[in-house]
Amino acid sequence: MNIVIDYTIWIMMIGTAVLGCVSGALGSFAVLRKQSLLGDAISHAALPGIGIAFLITQSKSANILLLGAFTAGLIGSILVMLIVKNTVIKEDSALGIILSVFFGIGLVILTMIQKMPNASQSGLTTFLFGSAATILKDDIQTMAIIGAIAIIILMMFWKQFKLISFDPHFAATQSIPVKKMEILLTILMVAAIVIGLQTVGVVLMSAMVIAPAASARQWTNRLGKMVIISALFGAVSGIVGVAISASYPKVPTGPIIVIVMSVIVVISLMLGSAQGLLWEKVRKK
Amino acid sequence: MSDQLEIAIIACMVSSACVLPGVFLVLRRVALMSDAISHAILLGIVAMFFWTKNLQSLWLMAGATGAGILTVMLTEALINSRKLKKDAAIGLVFPLFFSLGVLGITMFAGNIHIDTDAVLLGEIAFAPFNRLVINGIDVGPMAMWMIGVTLVINASLVTLFYKELKLMTFDSALGKALGFSQALIHYGLMTMVSITSVAAFDAVGSILVVALMITPAATAYLLTQRLPVMIGIGLAVGILASLLGYTAAYFLDASIAGCIAATTGIMFILALIFSPHHGLLMKFLLKQHQKQEFAAKMLVVQLLSHENTSLEDQENTVDHLEKHMNWHPEFAKKITQFALNERLISHSNGLLKLTELGRETAKAALRM
Repeated sequence: MNIVIDYTIWIMMIGTAVLGCVSGALGSFAVLRKQSLLGDAISHAALPGIGIAFLITQSKSANILLLGAFTAGLIGSILVMLIVKNTVIKEDSALGIILSVFFGIGLVILTMIQKMPNASQSGLTTFLFGSAATILKDDIQTMAIIGAIAIIILMMFWKQFKLISFDPHFAATQSIPVKKMEILLTILMVAAIVIGLQTVGVVLMSAMVIAPAASARQWTNRLGKMVIISALFGAVSGIVGVAISASYPKVPTGPIIVIVMSVIVVISLMLGSAQGLLWEKVRKK
Repeated sequence: MSDQLEIAIIACMVSSACVLPGVFLVLRRVALMSDAISHAILLGIVAMFFWTKNLQSLWLMAGATGAGILTVMLTEALINSRKLKKDAAIGLVFPLFFSLGVLGITMFAGNIHIDTDAVLLGEIAFAPFNRLVINGIDVGPMAMWMIGVTLVINASLVTLFYKELKLMTFDSALGKALGFSQALIHYGLMTMVSITSVAAFDAVGSILVVALMITPAATAYLLTQRLPVMIGIGLAVGILASLLGYTAAYFLDASIAGCIAATTGIMFILALIFSPHHGLLMKFLLKQHQKQEFAAKMLVVQLLSHENTSLEDQENTVDHLEKHMNWHPEFAKKITQFALNERLISHSNGLLKLTELGRETAKAALRM
């Protein structure tokens, strides 16, 4: 393997590192709140938003497509909450319905777009499996700005988020607006997922949210540390994933990043200092 | 048979085959395992392809089913290790399997015809091209036979183990006490989901499998609380969505799988709004009715307390209600009308009089 770190690869690495950081940090909350699979639903639900944004504006500008994806992802996650709250349908089914139906609608729109004369064919596959090669410098700026805003909001409401994640009832007694905070956290998660769609793809974006956080959980019992470790794992797997996928032609970035992350998960499950198998054995002796 | 008819039949068979395990997935709250399994089978297909170098073989199906079951086992192992919660465990295993599958295809299979898009999205429109020929006789599309066999398997499994499935779904504690194994039922169901996903993915792709397993079953769940009825409605919704979705795809010239998935969503929304038990419309109407009923009770109590007093002429008028009860004029009028319709009161010269029924109602309300 011969990695020539040239300008484009730098750009790709910075982009995925930012992405890994943001999704890792926010993923910690998703994993702790047992909402890991919401990420899967959001990323699939974003697909029709991309198509509709393109249909309305006829523009392929990443920012506009991102806005569409964000709106659709947010609508999807709010619908999940509404279904769970108002019907007998449980969360797993609600997630499955939103995930598959929105994705289906997205597919309809994208196949219709592909048959239009002024559309190129490439878009769909990019959003399904992701391709770091399509990241431009402008995209990184967008990712960094959205990511930074998300992280700043996360820090601003740190106490509230922490409390609603561990003890929502106590949070309510402390006059924290639990529902509003939950929605804000969901909005941040949608933002984190949407900025990753182009790089990692709709199908595997959920792993970006879950895997770093699940790994970080094995190393610490403290939320602050978990968020930092998770962001770090996210960034590292992003960089390594891009490095590998950039050195082979035709290899999509999303799957490589997920495989790198899974390796980190396995190592963490074995060696993690808080919960790892190894230390469990040592402690028993 | 024309291609279109064949496609329609295949779509209906797929939806029926998916709904049967789907009902139990929804009821047992493991709906998202269908998402996990339908993605994970890709790894099995790719692995078996590299081994047998044949896209048609039964080994491919066996490998895919195996990958589905392996996903379930790994997920369960992660949950049982208590290091991860259920949702995180599900969300970790299948992306890895799917990634390895995609990687396998892109790295080593440049010249063969497995397409990652096709696995994910499916292309039922191509199903009629791949014929099953026995002794030189064309007996129909391959996909139809594969899905037909799966449908028969699923239908017989659900019929044979109906009691066990029902018991373990609704009262697993009793089931365990009677000696049934939760694990056996769980893995049995998951195997059914795996086989169905494998048979269906070629025609409709993994996402439509998820749509067809979960959405019709959830739609039926909104409409009934009886298991056999739920299965029946689920099947009907699935078949109807397949036919309508296919028709829509024809006119829109868009993805058939996508249109069918979208149609199941529309049917879910319709059930959500109009369901007689849980529907949002029903809930809204009920709330309105309760509001009126409560206000009417307030009204008759008010009338009763001033009945036959010297102030009756002033107190028991529609105008006074607005002041005394702090009601909006519109609302006061509506409630008076409601009470008149219910024969709780009668109306003469601007004065409201209790009827016998109204007096009873007021007294009952006061006793409460």
